[in-house]
Amino acid sequence: MAEYLLIESRDPFESNEVGYYYNLAHGLVEAGIKVTLLLIQNAVFAARPSAQIPQLRLLVGSGVKILADDFSLQERGITKLLDGVQIAPIEIVVDHLEAGHRTLWH
Amino acid sequence: MAKKTLNIVESAYRAVIEEQDDTILWLLAAMRGAGAEHTVVLRGNAVNYAVAGQGAPGLTIGGWTQTQAPRMDNDVIDLIKKHKIPVFVIEEDLAARGIERGELIPGVELLSSKMLPRHMAEYELVSHW
Amino acid sequence: MSQKTFAVTLMDAPYESENLTTAFRILDAMARRGHNINVFAFEGASGLAFAKQAPHPNPVHGKNLAEENHPTTKDQVAALLALAVKNGGKVDWVNCGMCVDERGVGEFVTDTRRGSPADFHSFCEASDNVLVIPTK
Repeated sequence: MAEYLLIESRDPFESNEVGYYYNLAHGLVEAGIKVTLLLIQNAVFAARPSAQIPQLRLLVGSGVKILADDFSLQERGITKLLDGVQIAPIEIVVDHLEAGHRTLWH
Repeated sequence: MAKKTLNIVESAYRAVIEEQDDTILWLLAAMRGAGAEHTVVLRGNAVNYAVAGQGAPGLTIGGWTQTQAPRMDNDVIDLIKKHKIPVFVIEEDLAARGIERGELIPGVELLSSKMLPRHMAEYELVSHW
Repeated sequence: MSQKTFAVTLMDAPYESENLTTAFRILDAMARRGHNINVFAFEGASGLAFAKQAPHPNPVHGKNLAEENHPTTKDQVAALLALAVKNGGKVDWVNCGMCVDERGVGEFVTDTRRGSPADFHSFCEASDNVLVIPTK
């Protein structure tokens, strides 16, 4: 069965559509598909432990693996992450592509 | 046989006047001409492309007049009829925008957002625009 | 990991979106691993390899041309092509012809070429995986 890497580049403060993408990740997991969500660029604003994004908090522990791009975090001075979100290098995208995982960018 | 590709199109009305097309729908139609097997799901604001009777008159800037103003509803009809690209529209996004089913062009198929994950599984490639 | 072939499509114009920063980071990572990369650059991205881009000084920061060392995407494209070759891979960078024409950016970095949506279709068919980076 296909595995997915969902790359989210937008932050939920700017765009309502980020909620849809979090829901898509959840829906895929509920359908039995393995999903990694990679937050990059402004999407990492949602990953601070103090950020008010309940939808991301709900996604943690739902079966979606949530990563945050190290460069985007450094660029924005974000040093602490919501529990359950891990830092990842950009090479993770190539890892997933090499493995044949469907990789979608939002 | 070309890879069956699902294209989830969310971007809407971006540069359509200048390009006289939605560049993604145009790209998919052009690729179809080269043998691609595409299906489109319109979601978010792009569901509005399926609303019949839309289209602004061409721009006029000083003495310059646009003569081929785009009609997104007609372009979606062409995708379905001329280019044989099936087009789905996310029901919940229509409802959220207050768009009634009776306002839509013929030929689009409705898809619930709850079914999208399973629908994606039917395709070899999935792209998000 | 054996050599793979990836198709990547870009849409963003230079200097307008962080998408391109990330895109080039991903392309760089692919090239370092020696993969083949087929890039279809359309819309604003058809200007990424435009050979006539020129850096500039930064008067706000008081930096002259050399000090500012302002990035140009054409240099990033050229560096990417060289990196791929160095690691045993190849980049086929295609600039969408109609997009190039309407933007007047028809002079490209060496070893990039003019193409069409048919190239993107061929890339998708020939690749092990596809990454679409859309614009907003």
